[in-house]
Amino acid sequence: MAIRQCAIYGKGGIGKSTTTQNLVAGLAAEGKKIMIVGCDPKADSTRLILHAKAQNTIMEMAAEAGTVEDLELDEVLKVGYGGIRCVESGGPEPGVGCAGRGVITAINFLEEEGAYEEDLDFVFYDVLGDVVCGGFAMPIREGKAQEIYIVVSGEMMAMYAANNIAKGICKYASSGKVRLAGLICNSRKTDKESELIEALAAKMGTQMIHFVPRDNVVQRAEIRRMTVIEYDPAAKQAEEYRTLARKIVDNKKFVIPKPLTMDELEELLMEFGIMDEEDESIIGKTAAAEAVLAVA
Amino acid sequence: MSMNRQETEQLIQEVLEVYPEATGKQRAKHLMANDPTLEKSNKCIVANKKALPGVMTARGCAYAGAKGVVWGPVKDVANISHGPVGCGQFSRAGRRNYITGHSGVNIFGDMNFTSDFQEKDVVFGGDKKLAKLIAEIDTLFPLAKGVTVQSECPIGLIGDDIEAVAKKSAKEIGKPVVPVRCEGFRGVSQSLGHHVANDSLRDWVLHTRDDDNSFESTPYDVAITGDYNIGGDAWSSRVLIEEMGLRVIAQWSGDGSIPEMQTTRHAKLNLLHCYRSMNYISRHLEEKYGIPYLEYNFFGPTQIAASLRKIAAHFDSTIQDNAERVIARHQPIMDGLIAKYRPRLEGRRVMLFVGGLRPRHVIGAYEDLGMEIIGAGYEFAHNDDYDRTFKELQDGALIYDDATSFELESFVERLKPDLIGSGIKEKYVFHKMGIPFRQMHSWDYSGPYHGYDGFAIFARDMDMTINNPCWKNMQAPWKRAGAEALKSAA
Repeated sequence: MAIRQCAIYGKGGIGKSTTTQNLVAGLAAEGKKIMIVGCDPKADSTRLILHAKAQNTIMEMAAEAGTVEDLELDEVLKVGYGGIRCVESGGPEPGVGCAGRGVITAINFLEEEGAYEEDLDFVFYDVLGDVVCGGFAMPIREGKAQEIYIVVSGEMMAMYAANNIAKGICKYASSGKVRLAGLICNSRKTDKESELIEALAAKMGTQMIHFVPRDNVVQRAEIRRMTVIEYDPAAKQAEEYRTLARKIVDNKKFVIPKPLTMDELEELLMEFGIMDEEDESIIGKTAAAEAVLAVA
Repeated sequence: MSMNRQETEQLIQEVLEVYPEATGKQRAKHLMANDPTLEKSNKCIVANKKALPGVMTARGCAYAGAKGVVWGPVKDVANISHGPVGCGQFSRAGRRNYITGHSGVNIFGDMNFTSDFQEKDVVFGGDKKLAKLIAEIDTLFPLAKGVTVQSECPIGLIGDDIEAVAKKSAKEIGKPVVPVRCEGFRGVSQSLGHHVANDSLRDWVLHTRDDDNSFESTPYDVAITGDYNIGGDAWSSRVLIEEMGLRVIAQWSGDGSIPEMQTTRHAKLNLLHCYRSMNYISRHLEEKYGIPYLEYNFFGPTQIAASLRKIAAHFDSTIQDNAERVIARHQPIMDGLIAKYRPRLEGRRVMLFVGGLRPRHVIGAYEDLGMEIIGAGYEFAHNDDYDRTFKELQDGALIYDDATSFELESFVERLKPDLIGSGIKEKYVFHKMGIPFRQMHSWDYSGPYHGYDGFAIFARDMDMTINNPCWKNMQAPWKRAGAEALKSAA
């Protein structure tokens, strides 16, 4: 069977890396062969699998070796829990260089070095929060990830980001085989969160593939640099991630997303009481001006 | 015969017809028939605009303008091409800006200094590598008077802080380190690179010895700007200025040096040859140090004499008398040259397509030989260049701004000039059309063309190009009359 390649996107800090690693651990527990490709200069996409602070990244090792051509795959590909193969693209510290080029270089390297082995069932790309430039769209270019999962929560900015990512997917979906495969709701315990994300998913033409409730066991596991699946397989949260994993295995709903317009999105947010109706009379008014008006 | 304005406009219309409508509409604004009475060009020609997709333009990039044109000829600096190796390597020592000295000891223009970017440098940034490179240059070439950092495209994308590196490095090595933001994708042509390079001179070099007053100046100190010493042009100009009793204290930037730039502020007059590439720094010299600038032209005896008198008018009667003596000394030699070459070149029609100055500057030299300019155009001129062009050209002459290869070839096919003066990219196209051609960027490996000495070479070159016997052999032997007879004889 062909390798299923999935990319995980979502707003920064939403829990992409944690969700990805737990979900991948869930898939591994089912006997799937998986590789995680971290596409974030922070390089924290594999630490729960490897029990490491941060693994040596492709770009870091390439810089040390002189050029990326001097690098060997086994120097950067580490195997962790459940036989999961882990690589991190790595990149510069904030404020210098070009992290996007790092992602491109790293993925080219993996392809040339044959990291995409036949026996793999899944490759997961864990991508930096915002698709700020072409480099971070590399995982969804032709011949790479075709399934995209967006991690989202009931918070307004997370939904904005999800919608923006869907717009980005449209560009690649219309010319290739990239499809939106679903929203993963990583709960922040906001009001009517599950219904809201389901409604958003429906409007975008996709599905909320799973609602992952909030549970402190995730943090307890993280302190131990472990996934919940490994730390406490009997925990209720472990079952949630296993369920998500199974749903992804069985997922057949791959769509070209229909991103919402700003008006539609705001309407939805208002419907669920997240946003108040806009009062256009106050736009651009300073506090002083308002005080004058109040007196009058 | 040359065309009148209506005929030229008609020709432009016919050539434009081939284009798609939108392209034709845009290109129409860049083509015109000359009217020598015009003062301002902004209502009749559009210049300094982005070349259109799909056409072949002869233009270069901002890096070419900054590194190649302005900074390249400065002999005692190491110009670092910051980025991947190609830009520096392919622009290395290719321009004919002559310099004196010993390579690697006190001149560095023939070498390629580059940070040789690899993937890792793009990803992690090149600041550290750049700082190291500057320190290495200082160790290996202690006589270099400064270092410049010429940005290639990736630098503008990844945001390397070359200004910060320059500041720090300059302190460490005790010499000017000049960051030049000339990323190739900026602007519409090399012209922006000239401007950026001028600004870098202003901000990082010019004032760096303002507190040092050890320089002993005289009332006759002048600076030459905008002469890149192509084939020795600046040298054949300088001798005339010196012959009239003036002292050239700085030469920008052909065979120029950092110390000369730092002492330029002592000049009483700034002689500006290439207005396009150095008007920026000339204005600054005027505004900050009160040094007026004077545009002069040393192509051909008529323009040289006029320029010498114009320069002398800024000084006392001694200099003015000297100028007359210089002219009187050279004029008989020039008359002899003209007597020799004019009969061989009289009435020959010329089309020019060069950079930002020469299409108007060399007209006088051709006219001294009895030749006629029927078309002229610039690769990267601005409107102020066209303002200066109209009065130099005859009525009805064809003017083309950033001409596409299609336009230039079409115009040539129709006008059938006797000589074309342009660059290496055009040369062989027109040779194959059987038209004599001179490279007017590099002087076709000849030169100098500036000054009286230069005119002798110019006249000889034009003659040997136009009257070369090879042009009689443009027809294949078997197509010539009598070919049949030859065949049967064999």
